[in-house]
Amino acid sequence: MPKLLVDNKEIEVKEGTTLLQACLDNGIYIPNLCYLESMDDPSASCRMCFVEIEGEEKPITSCTVTVKDDMVVKTDTLSVRRLHRTAFRLLLSVHHVDCKNCHVNKKCELQRIAKYLEVGLKPKHLEQHLKEPDIDQDHPFLDYYPNRCVLCGKCIHICRKKHGQSVLTFAKRGFDTVISSYGKNDVSSLACEKCVVCVDICPVGALILKEAQE
Amino acid sequence: MSPADNEKLDQVFSAIREEAEKRRKAFREAPVPKIHIGMATCGIASGALETKKAFEETLAERNIEALIHPVGCIGHCYAEPVVIIDHPDSGFPPIFYHEVTAGKAKMLVKLFLEEGDPRFEHILGATVENDLIPSVMEFSRFNQEKRVVMEKCGYIDPEDIYDYIAEGGYSMLVKVLQLTPDKIIKEVRNSGLRGRGGAGFPTGKKWELAMHAEGQIKIVICNADEGDPGAYMDRTILESNPHQVLEGMAICAYAVGANKAVVYIRAEYPLAVKIVTKAIQQAKELGLLGKGILSSTFDLEIDVFRGSGAFVCGEETALIRSIEGYRGMPRHRPPYPVEKGLWGHPTVINNVKTLASVPPILENGATWFRGIGTENSPGTAIFSVVGNVVHAGLVEIPMGVTLRTLIFDICGGILNKKKFRAVQIGGPSGGCLPADLLDTPIDFDSLTEAGAMMGSGGMVVMDEDTCMVDVARYFLDFTQKESCGKCTFCRIGTHHLLRILERLTKGEGQDKDLEQLESLSEDIKTGSLCGLGKTAPNPALTSLKYFRDEYEAHVKEKRCPALMCRSLIAYYFDLDLCARGCDACATCCPVEAVFTTSNRKKGVDQELCVKCGECMVACPPEYDAVRKVSPSNLVPVVERAPEKK
Ligand SMILES: Cc1cc2nc3c(=O)[nH]c(=O)nc-3n(C[C@H](O)[C@H](O)[C@H](O)COP(=O)(O)O)c2cc1C
Repeated sequence: MPKLLVDNKEIEVKEGTTLLQACLDNGIYIPNLCYLESMDDPSASCRMCFVEIEGEEKPITSCTVTVKDDMVVKTDTLSVRRLHRTAFRLLLSVHHVDCKNCHVNKKCELQRIAKYLEVGLKPKHLEQHLKEPDIDQDHPFLDYYPNRCVLCGKCIHICRKKHGQSVLTFAKRGFDTVISSYGKNDVSSLACEKCVVCVDICPVGALILKEAQE
Repeated sequence: MSPADNEKLDQVFSAIREEAEKRRKAFREAPVPKIHIGMATCGIASGALETKKAFEETLAERNIEALIHPVGCIGHCYAEPVVIIDHPDSGFPPIFYHEVTAGKAKMLVKLFLEEGDPRFEHILGATVENDLIPSVMEFSRFNQEKRVVMEKCGYIDPEDIYDYIAEGGYSMLVKVLQLTPDKIIKEVRNSGLRGRGGAGFPTGKKWELAMHAEGQIKIVICNADEGDPGAYMDRTILESNPHQVLEGMAICAYAVGANKAVVYIRAEYPLAVKIVTKAIQQAKELGLLGKGILSSTFDLEIDVFRGSGAFVCGEETALIRSIEGYRGMPRHRPPYPVEKGLWGHPTVINNVKTLASVPPILENGATWFRGIGTENSPGTAIFSVVGNVVHAGLVEIPMGVTLRTLIFDICGGILNKKKFRAVQIGGPSGGCLPADLLDTPIDFDSLTEAGAMMGSGGMVVMDEDTCMVDVARYFLDFTQKESCGKCTFCRIGTHHLLRILERLTKGEGQDKDLEQLESLSEDIKTGSLCGLGKTAPNPALTSLKYFRDEYEAHVKEKRCPALMCRSLIAYYFDLDLCARGCDACATCCPVEAVFTTSNRKKGVDQELCVKCGECMVACPPEYDAVRKVSPSNLVPVVERAPEKK
């Protein structure tokens, strides 16, 4: 079993574990939004879990690294923190901060990261850019809030895992990218009414069952 | 493979080659003039189809016999449609004509083919040295080029495989089939060939990794996605000499042990798709592709895949996803495609130019190739040089030639005698270099060091009327739209960069914007998942580094030094020059912002003016009375516009 040193703490983990998982399992938190242990291929899209590894020139996402014996890792250097904060501020610059009226208030991953990074939820550095409209009600059972979504892709992954094929998908490009859905018109073939895996896995409350809101 | 097989191989190929030579001889020796017309997309866009039709019709009308030979593109876009007329009976050598419109075609049939007068005023030059007409080789646009990849482009018919074979085509495939794969890879390694898709990864090394990768099935992909705005090197090569690329692919496939290959071409290149598809078909018919190539035990199927024109799909992992039927989104590397690529199989992805370099390397040897270019970047570079330059087009030069030589000697300098402002290299991932870096040699390392990038061959030359802030804004607008939306830094970060740049060009910039531009750019470069995000800030960063005074003028003085940013300029008429009674500007103003002053000259109503500049174009050159100023509050008020009723 590889032994490694993370922030001067020695940890021992199973061979083949990702560095991020190894840290989380040993009580060392690294901010992350898109990582799921059950993904074969980490999506590495939220760009939050940067760490520094001795011997590597630049900070690197810990979800894409497999642990190696004698690895020396730092999770809180200046350059790592700078990336954490910038990524987080970018996400907040497109986030409609309205925690009081959000059903995941106090359970939200963004609140947790804000606290951890000591970054206010209303960032001063970047202009706020929100999408219009604020809510997408196209789906017969789900409402989607694009200005909450961090596009981590967990909902797509979990839907595919459970149903073999995902009802949810990324749509549009660039800044306009959103989560959208297939097969909405044929309600009878949708498993969504009785399934809430996507709602449950969403770290930021961007998906919600219509009836839950009423 | 045993020698008996080699004998068979040579025998089968000799028969094909003999047929090619027979056809070539018949064409050459036919006692009639030959008309070679450049028919690639660039030629067609300039009217080559009409030119061809005019030749055909006039020949028929006047009952003149001649052979029309459609060829690809020689890369001289400024001169399209380009035609070579070989009329031995006239006593003249074969002649290059430029800008041969349908009318010129008719005239050339009558005056040159019929009467023997070559019409000197339309000649670019002779194709060979002779005593009658200066050869094109006296022209630096020709003699300073070094053609390796594009040697046959514009001289052979891309839709006739025998034309390529008669020029020695496919003989390197025959040769490598008699060698062991490691011999081939060693030769490619020794040549020092680096990938022409942008990053410059050593090709031999990539092939070696793929050869050793575990897997029963291996795949070769030719990357012809070519998404850089204004770049068209790969398209031209595929349209002008597809077989050289296919031969390179077949050699690669044999070397790494692949039996499947894909040419990934964007669907916006319909002619390239058509020509490559036809080329594959012809090669299969002759047994040069398909099952048991030339009676050997080597099989190779090549398919064409049409991409939907997303810039990010040129990135290798996104390209693979897109072939697999998914949304074109890049993945984290490693694993690299050579370990786990298309459908999970080890995959070599190479650019069109990389693959097309392979047959000449094997023909002439690694040492020959190393003799061209520089130590760390051997061989040639192909650029599509566009923008404010006299002789725009595709240029193939030895690596190491300086930007100055390329822009000023080979491409004839800046149009309209204007001053050089900057050159943008490497497309949206590249950078803008200023005049003091014109002596930078063109090679992978020097360009990267200067803050630009070799990229895959896009080069935009800009004159003094270009606003560098606006150029950065243009490229960020592109990358931001083409971002796949997957990762935070690229999706949201480039959007903020764009917004800041937009503010600057509108005169709404603040002091802190420049710092934010820089620091956010640095973070996007380090934080992004794929090459698109990692390089997207380059146009902003380099222009900020080399043209900081222009940025500051936009922020501090609300002034656009190039007089380009509409929000920061104003037009007025110099009344000493303005001609009394002339209405040229007033009639073309789309918003009726031009009014007549009390002494019957003209004035601009600044409230109405949309700064389109039409009046400047319309003002007759003998008056040249329209002026632009920045910042806009400097505009002299000559007379107030009359109240509109
Ligand atoms: C955003 C992006 C776009 C790219 N577009 C192209 C392209 O159009 N053509 C190309 O050959 N390589 C492109 N590349 C580079 C490919 O990922 C890959 O490195 C290349 O095809 C490898 O071929 P080479 O080794 O012959 O250079 C692109 C890379 C990025 C990040």
